[in-house]
Amino acid sequence: MTRESASQTAGPYLHIGLAPNAAGLPMFGGDLGARMVGDGAEGTRMVLTGEIRDGSGAAVTDALVEMWQADAAGHCPARDPAFTGWGRTTCDTAGRFRFETLRPGALDGQAPHVTLWIAARGIGLALQTRVYFPDAPENATDPVLSRVPESRRDTLIAAATPEGYNIKITLQGADETVFFDI
Amino acid sequence: MSGVFTGRLRTRATGLHPPADASAYRSTALRSPRHAPIQLPSTASEETGPVFGHDLIGPTDADLTRNFGPGGAIGEQIIVTGHLRDEGGRPVPQALIEIWQANAGGRYRHRNDGYTAPLDPGFGGCGRCLTDAQGAYAFRTIRPGAYPWPNGGNDWRPAHIHFSVFGAAFGQRLVTQMYFEGDPHIALCPIVQSVPDARAIDRLTARLDMDATIPFDARAWRFDITLRGLDATPFEGRP
Ligand SMILES: [Fe+2]
Repeated sequence: MTRESASQTAGPYLHIGLAPNAAGLPMFGGDLGARMVGDGAEGTRMVLTGEIRDGSGAAVTDALVEMWQADAAGHCPARDPAFTGWGRTTCDTAGRFRFETLRPGALDGQAPHVTLWIAARGIGLALQTRVYFPDAPENATDPVLSRVPESRRDTLIAAATPEGYNIKITLQGADETVFFDI
Repeated sequence: MSGVFTGRLRTRATGLHPPADASAYRSTALRSPRHAPIQLPSTASEETGPVFGHDLIGPTDADLTRNFGPGGAIGEQIIVTGHLRDEGGRPVPQALIEIWQANAGGRYRHRNDGYTAPLDPGFGGCGRCLTDAQGAYAFRTIRPGAYPWPNGGNDWRPAHIHFSVFGAAFGQRLVTQMYFEGDPHIALCPIVQSVPDARAIDRLTARLDMDATIPFDARAWRFDITLRGLDATPFEGRP
């Protein structure tokens, strides 16, 4: 059996490869994953924002963030033809990112959540984490959350904002975000 | 344990990927989590992934010598080709592969790249394609130049092409770099050498492929990529 190819950092210039238009290169008629929700999508629209900081508290401005989630009915992959379930965006100069999406429904046996995937310079194997919602009663019985030490669970719970939710991601140190190998 | 954990994705191998904190690669110092990631069997969230259609890909998207500016790119034209398979040896068809790279002089078309090598008006530096039914892919591009980078004072990256790969499952997502057989910088590079397994480094090194070389046109380099195994059916006995 051949094992997986080894990962390598995406380096400092990944934006030109994976979000060239956001990086100022007009290519391919637009960036993949820039629009997740089409007309007629079912469910509640939600803006998921976040910010990424390193071990010194500095903003991580060069990261690329992807997300993957269920549709409003809890189907993963999405069955709603007007919703992709997958998004990709870049961090801005303050380390912030933003997805315009739908609030996900609960997958069978799991609380509603969004999977986040983070690639950047200095990250040898892209980091994977999850975002849960502060007002979801299913959190209490979610099988993944329940395997996270209670003292660290808060790092996975988004905060409500006027337009949706915000998640703070800390790569290292106090309040370090829980990452998964899953 | 709940039936949510079907474990259809093969557990990621240990000792294969770079450790989060690879001290010779200094950028990892403040970006490496101190906690090990929490390892769990996969669930539906990791075993499914986005599907990309052929309607997405334009006719020249995989040709970096022609997909940006007028006139074509400067440099040695090459073909980069290979197969995408999973750990079980099964081809991964209809998978999106995206690449990006420096130009022939070692300069990226990125606002933060201040290397003195000139930009090439005919070269953007990114491309994309979908694998075919056999998991095969091919790009036409130029051989990228080596370039210096701020790390140890006199570090140079071996010539490389960055790869981003999707499988059928989001948990198979992989970003890596392809190197060229025979490059003396492979042994000197802290990023390459952060991979703890010499055989794994060897598999990131593309080989000259005379069969795929187009006579009187472009030499070909073969780079096969393997993604985490994904069982078609739930693995019995897993929680
Ligand atoms: Fe690079």
